[in-house]
Amino acid sequence: MGKNPVCVLAQFKTTKALYHACERVRDEGYVKFDAHSPFPIHGLDRAMGLKPSKVPWIVLILGLLGAAGGMGMQLWMNGVDYPMIFSAKPYFSWQAYVPITFELGVLFGSAGAVFGMLGLNQLPRLNHPVFNSKAFSTHAADDGFFLSIETKDANYDEVRTSKLLEGLGALQVEHLKE
Amino acid sequence: MITKDQVYDSDPVDRRVPLVRGGHDFHSITEIVARPTEVKPINAWYAVFGVALSLLAILIGSTGFLFFKGTGIWGLNNPVGWGWAIVNFVFWVGIGHAGTLISAILFLFRQKWRTSINRAAEAMTIFAVVCAIFFPTIHVGRVWLLYWAAPLPNQMDMWPNFKSPLMWDFFAVSIYGTVSFMFWYVGLIPDLATFRDRAKTKIKKLLYGVFALGWRGSNRHWLNYERAYLILAGLSTPLVLSVHTIVSFDFASGQLAGWHTTIFPPYFVAGAIFSGFAMVLTLMVVCVKLYKLENLITDRHFENISKIILVTGTMVGYAYAMEFFISWYSGSQYESFTFVNRAFGPYAWAYWIMVSCNVLSPQIFWFKTARTNKIILFVVSIFVNIGMWFERFVITVTSLHHDFIPSSWAYYSPTVWDVCALVGSFGLFFTFFSIFIRYLPMVAMAEVKTVLPEADPHFGDEEGGHLHG
Repeated sequence: MGKNPVCVLAQFKTTKALYHACERVRDEGYVKFDAHSPFPIHGLDRAMGLKPSKVPWIVLILGLLGAAGGMGMQLWMNGVDYPMIFSAKPYFSWQAYVPITFELGVLFGSAGAVFGMLGLNQLPRLNHPVFNSKAFSTHAADDGFFLSIETKDANYDEVRTSKLLEGLGALQVEHLKE
Repeated sequence: MITKDQVYDSDPVDRRVPLVRGGHDFHSITEIVARPTEVKPINAWYAVFGVALSLLAILIGSTGFLFFKGTGIWGLNNPVGWGWAIVNFVFWVGIGHAGTLISAILFLFRQKWRTSINRAAEAMTIFAVVCAIFFPTIHVGRVWLLYWAAPLPNQMDMWPNFKSPLMWDFFAVSIYGTVSFMFWYVGLIPDLATFRDRAKTKIKKLLYGVFALGWRGSNRHWLNYERAYLILAGLSTPLVLSVHTIVSFDFASGQLAGWHTTIFPPYFVAGAIFSGFAMVLTLMVVCVKLYKLENLITDRHFENISKIILVTGTMVGYAYAMEFFISWYSGSQYESFTFVNRAFGPYAWAYWIMVSCNVLSPQIFWFKTARTNKIILFVVSIFVNIGMWFERFVITVTSLHHDFIPSSWAYYSPTVWDVCALVGSFGLFFTFFSIFIRYLPMVAMAEVKTVLPEADPHFGDEEGGHLHG
């Protein structure tokens, strides 16, 4: 339990106010800040200056591994480890192995999307300072729009940052402890 | 004062009816969706749940007896080795397909109307796949040896035959179930967070809290989340098409007249979507009525669903006609015999039930009055459910009962145990569905909120703002 606040949280009334606040905070040079909304807001990534997600790369790699593993498994099991002739086909009849190869590629790719997304987001997570705000835990997943700036950010200054957020039309500004 | 609905109805650019009516805002959408899970259930819920549990008891009892006695208690005989168990399997897998179509394919096509029905439709998919997997599982006879289907080391040192379509099916259906579940769960996470924040009791706080995974609506998370969701939709789309294609290979790669045909994959996929949308319609008409969701699931949604039913029903009708044509055009006497026998032989009654339910009954959806009348929608959806069950019955049984050698022909009829398994599987499905409606958000709140005009950060701007996106 740290005594000093770890982040400052501002609540906004509309998606529009949050959007413009993010643009401004980004332009002021803040990096360690985040927006919170009950649903994804179109274009907010750019307003925050975020880089594209890395999830597609994880999916591509795992999907290819799954497909290659699937084809390899079938070739090895039916062609090498226990070769058997079925319906007068050669041992390495890869054509017949396409459906399962495809299915395993999809399975691994999907698992990559889900677990890759959770991993990049560092979820599941038991708690987070923002939940210490009453307003946040009532509205953030319902109808509230929030902006949080970490005190670790190089640009952070207790007075200046609060002023900035208030000036952007925040309904309220809170300093949250761990 | 003009209401919000009137403003949108008179939208000069896009004259379509808005997706959410009744002047709702973000909070009131949460209220509408969350309330049914927070108050005492309505009487109708108890009635449905009670009936579902009784049917489930029938399923458990009859399956127990099946394990004790073996598949001989069913009506299977020598030419007809695939009876109701396989019919039910294909029927339930097919129903699942509409859920994935709504959640994945309509998502890729940016069909925003899907947002209010996709959650329930995906839940329907998962429960239908569970029912589907149940049937081949019990049909193998010695259930305790089912692990032989998986590529696991075993006492015989043998591996499964990967050249068999039954093996493809094992992989396709189990992976389909897994991926559908992951897709559904990812969609649920933000809504579970909403439920977590609203939870009053300790146990609810704990459970919703655990399953919401600490979701805090962070935009850095939404960035990865939306990308993952899009990819899951992109992967599920070919997956769902492949699943019923592979189910059709179970039949089409056999030599039997009536099965051995190249039209099967697209024909099965169209039929699957057709039957699944009928089930979506059945469930949604009732849910909307009971839970008063008219403002979220509007006439526009029902019209779209019934148009899809009309299109896919007509495609299925085309496939029936084309099967007949090819059986004549192929010049194969076995093919010709099988199709004439289907329509005019001992199972003609089943064939004509199939044709009238699947091809004729949806034609009423050419008329807008039918597409907007809940009673007609419900009745037609039931007809289609029945018709699509009979389609699988016709394909499976009529092809088998009169095969190549007349001396081995026989007539197949089910026993009471076949009926118990089918009726019981509805118990399984509706038990899951009732529990889902009671404890989870049946409408994807976070997604529906994004189709409100004020969700757009440029809403109300002089330029660049757009109401419907």
